[in-house]
Amino acid sequence: MSDKIQIEVVNRRTFILGASAVAALATLAPIGSTPASAKAWEDFMKEAIKGATPTEGKVKIDLPEIAENGNTVPYKVNVESPMSDADHVTNVHVYATGNPGPQIISAKFTPMSGKAYVKSRMRLAKTQEVVAVAQMSNGKVYMGKTTVKVTIGGCGG
Amino acid sequence: MAKPRIKVPKKAKVGDIVEIKSMISHKMETGLRKNKKTGEMIPRKIINNLAVTFAGKEVFSTILYPSVSANPYVAFNFKVPGSGDMVFTWTEDGGKTTTAKKTITAA
Repeated sequence: MSDKIQIEVVNRRTFILGASAVAALATLAPIGSTPASAKAWEDFMKEAIKGATPTEGKVKIDLPEIAENGNTVPYKVNVESPMSDADHVTNVHVYATGNPGPQIISAKFTPMSGKAYVKSRMRLAKTQEVVAVAQMSNGKVYMGKTTVKVTIGGCGG
Repeated sequence: MAKPRIKVPKKAKVGDIVEIKSMISHKMETGLRKNKKTGEMIPRKIINNLAVTFAGKEVFSTILYPSVSANPYVAFNFKVPGSGDMVFTWTEDGGKTTTAKKTITAA
């Protein structure tokens, strides 16, 4: 007898849990309906660096601590490298981890660049971490990150 | 597309590392915005690539994504190998391109 009751209790609980999960999903669905947001920034990074493991360091990303307007947030990326023919930075990828489309730029450098440096402006949807990943000519991958507080988001509306 | 603006140093010495600044006016429509009247999504239209060459050789190029601000501004460094022409090519979604040329005179 007691066994039967227990099973019933469990069933009811799982049912309630399941039902609430479905309800939560249903309310979330219209908000996250952009197909582009399905992929996280890590997936884009893995695709770009082809399975290499990024080491922290060498990459410096400069962003304001607080960005009042998420529509134009200035940033600078600097990578330590001699930029010689034998040893230079080949690519730098920048990701906004909390944007609906996390990719920002994928820059390609050559020894003619002199310095692995790029300065531009990005859109940020909300307060988040921004990551810069640098690929070297010797196959090594380095990364740097920083957090930005965004007062007014700048993606869509 | 619109008028590009490029700034290169007027004078440079061979071997100097100089900063090159570029900007082009463009809305950089993300494809995530809705037309407030009709409720329809405004299709994505951005400049997706900038390529820079000097005397025919590739110096710097970048893929741009919708997270780049409107009127994309890109600055980068360049080690001056001598005098020559720097050519900038911006490519818009759909394949339309805009090119601009700047001459660098090295001492």
